[in-house]
Amino acid sequence: MSEPQHITLIDKDQLVGISAELFAEGYRFVQVGCATLENSYELTYCYDKAYHLRNFRITLLPDEEIPSISVIYPNAFLYENELHDLFGLNVRNISIDYNGTLYRTAIKTPFSIENVKQPVPPQPKPEVVKEHPESVKEKTEEL
Amino acid sequence: MAQKNTIPFGPQHPVLPEPIHFDLVTEDERVVDAIPSISYVHRGLESLVEKRDFIDFVHVADRICGLCSFMHSMGYCQAVEEIMGVEVPLRAQFLRTIWAELSRIHSHIFWLGVAADAFGFESLFMQALRLREPVLDIFEETTGGRVILGASKVGGVRRDIDADSLSGISKRLAHLRPQLEELSNVFINDYSVKHRLSGVGYLSKEDAYTLGCVGPMARASGLDMDMRAIGYSAYKYLDVQPMIETDGDCYARCLVRIRENFHSIDLIREAIGKIPEGPIEVKVKGAPNGEYMSRIEQPRGEVIHYAKGNGSRFLQRFRVRVPTFSNIPAMIKILKGSEIADVPNIILTLDPCISCTER
Repeated sequence: MSEPQHITLIDKDQLVGISAELFAEGYRFVQVGCATLENSYELTYCYDKAYHLRNFRITLLPDEEIPSISVIYPNAFLYENELHDLFGLNVRNISIDYNGTLYRTAIKTPFSIENVKQPVPPQPKPEVVKEHPESVKEKTEEL
Repeated sequence: MAQKNTIPFGPQHPVLPEPIHFDLVTEDERVVDAIPSISYVHRGLESLVEKRDFIDFVHVADRICGLCSFMHSMGYCQAVEEIMGVEVPLRAQFLRTIWAELSRIHSHIFWLGVAADAFGFESLFMQALRLREPVLDIFEETTGGRVILGASKVGGVRRDIDADSLSGISKRLAHLRPQLEELSNVFINDYSVKHRLSGVGYLSKEDAYTLGCVGPMARASGLDMDMRAIGYSAYKYLDVQPMIETDGDCYARCLVRIRENFHSIDLIREAIGKIPEGPIEVKVKGAPNGEYMSRIEQPRGEVIHYAKGNGSRFLQRFRVRVPTFSNIPAMIKILKGSEIADVPNIILTLDPCISCTER
């Protein structure tokens, strides 16, 4: 059975306000997911109440900062440290900041734009124009 | 005022099967702060989506963890199937549910054993692991594997279980039940077990919710939260009841897992009674183009498998949010204020799975 999953696009400045509203409404914080795109990052904040998932998406450029929501949802600190360590994102005012030591990885920020190879989507095949047999015949005669 | 000392706990510790570290700040015998460190064995499996196509990646998902191997591949397959709009045959959904519940039983029995070992009850540990064997035997007979099952695939399952074998599984579980009751009675009624676990490591319902607790840890604090209620796979045809306790201590967490064992046996027997005939897989054409977050209930709680594709054979992103990662903030909360002697028991009753966390 598909679980309905709607994603609302928001600006990073709205994040703290929305999180505070959801907290007041009794939503629990589920996770922050991040995906690396060609030139930016896509952050998805997920909240749940009575099996109803609400997702909010922020698109972030590599040099942009994002505010922490760990002051509202204390459990967010782990996800925010993860964003910093694996993606190289700057999260401002994390309640428990590991300063890049939560993950010990062989390469620094393994999911940053520089380190992720984007898969190439399938290209539409070029249409093959078949030449009419008579035109081929004419060309041969010309030769 | 007592002097503060910092005591390192882990990453190597007799009660920890896998590495996790805590810096325990103590005053006399009481823990006043706990700072966790993970990532001693981080594998970076998520980034393998760059190298394995979405069909082959099931084998990587299968290897995220040894205890919930099947659940990871099942969650991954569900996410990809949702993106691609694949209708999994009903028989395959029932088979997945049966293997998933068997995984829950084997994980919980294993946990009971490890917990018994942690509080020094070695014969109970032996008994628990002995009872886990029949479940592993069922895995071996039905999938060929005892730990990594490799039974799930995008579009269904790789193997069918014939009617005789299903009936055999039902009978063996019926036989396992009284033995499990005998084992559980020790955990529930033994004076020393109660003494070590009752009133230790208390987590309130409010804290469990605010700190994002999932699984038996949340249910032991009174939260009615079990992702099987969403009705994925064949759970929508079964009578799923979340096992809830309200005491919020180590003993309550132990009781939740004990009761879940029996409930899983009931669910498997119910599923065997209801499983329809039919195909076990459908052919999958094309490649995933879109995204989906699949939520399922692992033995340790809600796990999220997120997959995002752009029409290529290789996924753009795969992420697993495992229950242990979600339970770490509550772990810190519980450890603060506890006695240093209770720390091993507290950490174990949270059932941390580090191989999931270090995916």
